[in-house]
Amino acid sequence: MTLRRALCLGLLFGALLAGRTAAAQPVLNVYNWADYIDPYVVQRFQAETGIRVRYDVYDSLETLEGKLSSGRSGYDLIVPTSEPTFARLVRAGALRPLDQARIPNWGNLDPALMARVATVDPGNRFGAIYLWGTVGLGVRADAVRQILPGARFDQLDLLLRPENAAKLARCGLAVMDSATDVLPSVLRWLGKAPDSTAPADLRAAEQALLAVRPQLRAIPGSGALLDMLARGEICVALTYSGDVIQAAARAREAGRGVEIAYAAPESGAHLWFDLLAIPADAPNPEAAEAFINFLLRPEVMAAITGHVRYPNAVPAARPLVPAAVREDPSVYPSAESLARAFVPGTLSPAEDRARSRLWSRFKAGR
Amino acid sequence: MRAALISAPFLWLLALVAAPSLLLGWIAFGSAAEGVPPVAPPLAWQAGAPVWQGSLESFALLLEDPHYAGALLRSLLVAAGTAGLALLLGYPMAYAVAEARPRWRLPLLALVLAPVWTGLMPRLGAWIGLLRDEGWINGVLLRAGLIEAPLTLLFSDVALFAGMLHSYLPYAVLPLAIALARRDRGLEAAAADLGAAPGRVFLSVTLPLSLPAVAAAFLLVFIPAAGEFVIPELLGPPGDPLLGRVIWAEFFQSRDWPLAAALALVLLAVLALPIRAYQRLGRG
Repeated sequence: MTLRRALCLGLLFGALLAGRTAAAQPVLNVYNWADYIDPYVVQRFQAETGIRVRYDVYDSLETLEGKLSSGRSGYDLIVPTSEPTFARLVRAGALRPLDQARIPNWGNLDPALMARVATVDPGNRFGAIYLWGTVGLGVRADAVRQILPGARFDQLDLLLRPENAAKLARCGLAVMDSATDVLPSVLRWLGKAPDSTAPADLRAAEQALLAVRPQLRAIPGSGALLDMLARGEICVALTYSGDVIQAAARAREAGRGVEIAYAAPESGAHLWFDLLAIPADAPNPEAAEAFINFLLRPEVMAAITGHVRYPNAVPAARPLVPAAVREDPSVYPSAESLARAFVPGTLSPAEDRARSRLWSRFKAGR
Repeated sequence: MRAALISAPFLWLLALVAAPSLLLGWIAFGSAAEGVPPVAPPLAWQAGAPVWQGSLESFALLLEDPHYAGALLRSLLVAAGTAGLALLLGYPMAYAVAEARPRWRLPLLALVLAPVWTGLMPRLGAWIGLLRDEGWINGVLLRAGLIEAPLTLLFSDVALFAGMLHSYLPYAVLPLAIALARRDRGLEAAAADLGAAPGRVFLSVTLPLSLPAVAAAFLLVFIPAAGEFVIPELLGPPGDPLLGRVIWAEFFQSRDWPLAAALALVLLAVLALPIRAYQRLGRG
């Protein structure tokens, strides 16, 4: 091929490519938790708007933050948890303010719940609540009732009192591998402030965890813990509400007589929120805002909650959620338990590292 | 042309060894910060002049907190254990391959390598299925009446070493098999002619001659095993502080990139020692 012909071909090819991108469908890159949406919702958004959705999933905040912390992740919409990731991204200037004028359904959000997030995002500029939940105990009810008749599931005593743990160890105890989502509940159980940074309080929490450490079968990521619960390998686990409810549904479907129940600590549960947010360098923020607006429609949110069994923050969606999910108190906590629930405050990076080192020592068992 | 050929390996080393190590050093002497990326570099430009703002804090913390020295020690022990077991199992396998008829050697080596082709995740998944409380091994032992309650096999050292050996054994067998196949059999024949029994021939001639290959096999297993983190995570005791996992936790959970980089550099330095010793062995 002569040089000239090659050049001509190259130009032609380039022109073709340019023409294609100009006419190409807009693309929305979504990065969300695994098993955290009704797939039909995504299809419907694509059909209505003509925006193609590229949907990726993660199963831990560490993975999400790892991707974002090197910059230029290429994602338009992410779903970080309020504490610690969302708060940290807000402080690091890694998020783009949401243009509420482009999100008319913003008004559907529950102002009381949004106010709880405003502690980390003043004025709610960067995030809209997607789904939320509590941290509590997933219990294999059939087995635990045999070993400890009359034990209450809504108290962390079941897991954290050494005499209970010793009896239940054979049946399988686990704590999810997350310093940020386990330590606040342990501190609260000890009667301390959940976001305490006092060294004495943290030592007490470490001692309490170490006291039951020999009885723990595993300290897995929350996704792996869900699987273990569903298979009936674990009798008591400290983890996220919706994961336990999904595990319970899976265990029921498997029909092997494994009965799983969720209970949030009666004295006050750790409340968390997952927020819809747009990275500062998102290539297509308009599409992300269109998607947020779509998700905040009551009927769309109702479908998502019905599918993944986590409550949403759109009050108008609640009557549309299937009754079995809507009336399950482990999905939507009662008004009283919501009033007792707490949202832990923000830690400085140094305090955060102190906690994660405490956590490594606990995992190592020394 | 000749210059290009000679410089190729150096470019390779520069791109894949020197540059990443320098980057690690750059991060290790920085300090953790909130931002994208979450690290403040050791050198910053202020008013057109470089200003040193690095810190040795990460290295100080490594010396201060016994957690890290413990993790290093345990990683080296697990890696040495894996490499030792891989030699015990791998040497007879390699010897069998070397003694086989030439046309059988390649298929046999392929069989040794076969586990590598299946991918790590399915292999570890299979071990989980075998070892868990309701798994096959406990099922068979329970049915046979040999045990009354299931043995805790998963999340233990048994599972850890099973997974490590399964993954790293081929790296031990390969160099041994090649060295043993190429050995000078005339020396063994001479020893036998001079009246040595077969066991004696092996211990005095074959084994000493294969020692460089044994050392190479040991290192090929030991070095990657020292930084392994997937297998301990999925099969080993919960929270077992192996260096690979500790680096992961510092990087992703604490988001302390300088400390993670410092740990990686320390591991690199420690692993350079046996390589150095191996070079000495080769010369001496």
